[in-house]
Amino acid sequence: MDMNRREFFKFCGVGLGASSLAALGMTPEPAFADSIRHFKLTASKETRNTCPYCSVGCGLLMYSRGSGGKNAKQEIFHIEGDPDHPVNRGSLCPKGAGLIDFIRSPNRLHYPQVREPGSNEWKRVSWDEALDRIARLMKEDRDANFVEKNDAGQTVNRWLTTGFLAASAASSEAGYMTHKVVRSTGILGFDNQARV
Amino acid sequence: MAGLAPTFGRGAMTNHWNDIKNANLVLVMGGNAAEAHPVGFKWVTEAKAHNQAKLVVVDPRFTRTASVADLYAPIRTGSDIAFLGGLIHYLLDTDQIQHEYVRNYTDMPFIVKEGFSFADGLYNGYDADSRSYPDKSEWDYELDENGHARVDPTLSHPRCVYQLMKKHYSRYTPELVSQICGTPLKRMMQVWDTIAETAVPGKTMTILYALGWTQHSVGSQMIRAGAMLQLLLGNIGMPGGGVNALRGHSNIQGLTDLGLLSNLLPGYLTLPRDNEQDYNAYIAKRAPQALRPGQLSYWQNYGKFHVSLMKAWYGDAVSAENNWGYDWLPKLDVPMYDVLKVFDMMYEGKMNGYFCQGFNPIAAFPNKAKISAALSKLKYLVVMDPLTTETSEFWRQVDDYNDVDTASIQTTVFRLPTTCFAEENGSLVNSSRWLQWHWKGAEPPGEARPDVFIMGGLFHRLRAMYQQDGGAFPDPILNLDWSYERPDEPTPEEIAREFNGKALVDLKDPNTGEVLVKAGQQLSGFGQLRDDGSTASGCWLFCGSWTEDGNLMARRDNSDPYDMGQTLGWAWSWPANRRILYNRASADPSGQPWDDEHKRLVWWDGSKWTGTDVPDFAARSAPEDNMNPFIMNPEGVARFFARGNMAEGPFPEHYEPFETPIGRNPLHPNSAAVTSNPASRVFRNDMEVFGRADEFPHAATTYRLTEHFHYWTKHNRLNSIAQPQQFVELGEVMASELGIKAGDRVRVSSNRGFIEAVAVVTKRIRPLQVDGKTVHHVGIPLHWGFVEVAKNGYITNTLTPFVGDGNTNTPEYKSFLVNVEKV
Repeated sequence: MDMNRREFFKFCGVGLGASSLAALGMTPEPAFADSIRHFKLTASKETRNTCPYCSVGCGLLMYSRGSGGKNAKQEIFHIEGDPDHPVNRGSLCPKGAGLIDFIRSPNRLHYPQVREPGSNEWKRVSWDEALDRIARLMKEDRDANFVEKNDAGQTVNRWLTTGFLAASAASSEAGYMTHKVVRSTGILGFDNQARV
Repeated sequence: MAGLAPTFGRGAMTNHWNDIKNANLVLVMGGNAAEAHPVGFKWVTEAKAHNQAKLVVVDPRFTRTASVADLYAPIRTGSDIAFLGGLIHYLLDTDQIQHEYVRNYTDMPFIVKEGFSFADGLYNGYDADSRSYPDKSEWDYELDENGHARVDPTLSHPRCVYQLMKKHYSRYTPELVSQICGTPLKRMMQVWDTIAETAVPGKTMTILYALGWTQHSVGSQMIRAGAMLQLLLGNIGMPGGGVNALRGHSNIQGLTDLGLLSNLLPGYLTLPRDNEQDYNAYIAKRAPQALRPGQLSYWQNYGKFHVSLMKAWYGDAVSAENNWGYDWLPKLDVPMYDVLKVFDMMYEGKMNGYFCQGFNPIAAFPNKAKISAALSKLKYLVVMDPLTTETSEFWRQVDDYNDVDTASIQTTVFRLPTTCFAEENGSLVNSSRWLQWHWKGAEPPGEARPDVFIMGGLFHRLRAMYQQDGGAFPDPILNLDWSYERPDEPTPEEIAREFNGKALVDLKDPNTGEVLVKAGQQLSGFGQLRDDGSTASGCWLFCGSWTEDGNLMARRDNSDPYDMGQTLGWAWSWPANRRILYNRASADPSGQPWDDEHKRLVWWDGSKWTGTDVPDFAARSAPEDNMNPFIMNPEGVARFFARGNMAEGPFPEHYEPFETPIGRNPLHPNSAAVTSNPASRVFRNDMEVFGRADEFPHAATTYRLTEHFHYWTKHNRLNSIAQPQQFVELGEVMASELGIKAGDRVRVSSNRGFIEAVAVVTKRIRPLQVDGKTVHHVGIPLHWGFVEVAKNGYITNTLTPFVGDGNTNTPEYKSFLVNVEKV
């Protein structure tokens, strides 16, 4: 039998199962087909992604529930290797095989927070408050410490008193945007995980 | 990859994961792919099963990679240059090299200037006060009247690279190397002989390495020594060959390609130094003329890449009149503000603010006590992360794991929740340089938002304040091009189109006037970029990834018509979808594959270059034109002699780790100045806290486990079940000497602090005889912290030294000294 993955799922789906098998000349007892529980991925949405851990870049299939309607929030309930992917060909390592627990980690952050000087606790703040305060701190520091000329009178236009450590798994698009913004401020203390 | 670019021209994995299957021999050294890159390692298994390949592993520990090797050799951590230098000596001495390859495709015939010298562990021009070589001008070729390098094709000139290299490594005798590395002589010779077999044209070895080479004070030179070995054997540009840097994270390749490092701009363009006040001189310095007749010297196009970048960032605000916004770029007064430099400044109280985007420095950087003290001196710290990191809670007292005085820490900390991979569209660049697109599958939890939303939000607020109130040099902020459909949150698709680039006016063929690309259209490759402001491209290297044909990163054709594993229709690979770098070298000078049956990659078909891969070459340059394969190097060939491109000197020399278990460099036993890397930067107060072997006798190294990824998966239930608790690995002999049994709790201390963990006593770490001493290794996995789903543990980097590689300043995590006691 020559069938691709999607056909295989359909083929395994109960209901379709009987007629497909019949069409292939293999006719099981109807009662047998009824006793098989519904294949859990048949009604799910499949999304392709890439493992965010090491640099092999294994292809993932993420399965989520939800109709895709405007008010139906997708929730991923299963992740497996993408069998079409030329490198991993469907397999995942012990790290990648546990990815669902990264998405669902109890230690995911949900809200912007601030810890004030000397305090022993987090305080929830709105995005606007957080970004307003951070932007003001940046501007105060930049205005006070920006170096337009060095001691020799050369134009240098740098800002050394604030630094930025960029990510290891952020998308290239996030990375590009980060670079564009950070460099426009004159920051030089700028590195990503590749440094270490 | 500061060892690869000075050798080949580009700093990236030369081949790719699937191509490992084409190897005849796999050398894993400075890495442990079976555990750290398990699925990539499948291709080693594939090579063994279907290509009769052998696997050789050289590592201080008998790793899971070693457990499936045909040959395993133990080596003392930090001594790889001695091992490789000895092997280079052995290959030259026994004449087991790929003659035609090295004579045509490397700098072996090039004649070096007379002033170049090496004596007592130092090259000419060393300045002890600055711990550097301020003047490297003699580390270069002798030029003729046309500005071309002089060469001696007979390789007999005493100052040709071949002769200099032969002389340099003549000191690396097998006996001395065995004494330095602790590798038993017989086993070492077996490894060397096995590797030497790949010197014949049709056989290839691939080298797989990772942070076991990078994270040393001589890490870049270790990588270079590996690269030189592969050149000698003719294994670069070949299928199943190459020097393959297995990156540690999913997108540090991409983030590096995009220039998110202190001294870089996107596409490996570099920021100017203070003394580069003149724009045209800045470009000219980076656009070298060919050093030999007929060579491409592709960086001559630097100006096109730079101007196109500035047009992408600043649009109509930049033009030839303002030097394309040259003064809006910050200039460097030091080589770089790398993380060690920045944290040293922070520690000295010279910084006020810091951002950590998906990065956990208190766990990831060396000498936790110094990092913690540094963060405590900040006015504000902003953490953007999907997870609760230790860095965001560096101020919280957690038993002995994080013993701080919370009330005295005056840093304001903001913690901003971000999306993770599953919750956004975008691309990641894997180690193989493949840009692979991914799609959002779910909404993020709570109010978590993408990084782009945060960067956009901060930028808008800053720009609005500078517009209203003015302030220090607002020009680059006010003029930054931000013409996105939703300014608050540009979409990944818009951004990807921007870094690919587009034509700003109709691009015409200069000869015929024919319109090649219409204004506004996406460019199809970096060959279309121009330096007159008519093109914009945010990263020239990625130009071709999103063309008028759409998003090529999202391609999913996995067909492999030649069965060479190249899958040219899968995703998109930089540069120009080429899968194996320097692949012109897979063909002999006449343009035919060295091995037409098993190693056919690219070839000259009589009118153009073609093949199973996209040729990494000028497609119409006939073999008789004598253009050479290393098109990014102005000499057209690969370099054994790195010229002025390395901090320590043109040939790798063995120096001990800064914390050495033998206390001297056996190559230079009487010169303390060259015990360790003389060109590594060491900060005040850090030299003082290096430990010595009399107090801390054991060689320690840190590493990852199969079941965990960095400091992330300890937040995951499944991974925490698989490996719940912190442990250290000790050899049986050492453990029995110290009266430690498996399961005992032990304290491991360096001169900077201690950790406590469960002892795993193993046969997999054996004592080595080094320089007349017995050296034990201690293995320290790195995954634990004090904000856990797994059991709380100590930050491993409490122990590690605050010193880095002489070129990259990557910290020396892999070689330091500890003491071990039963608790």
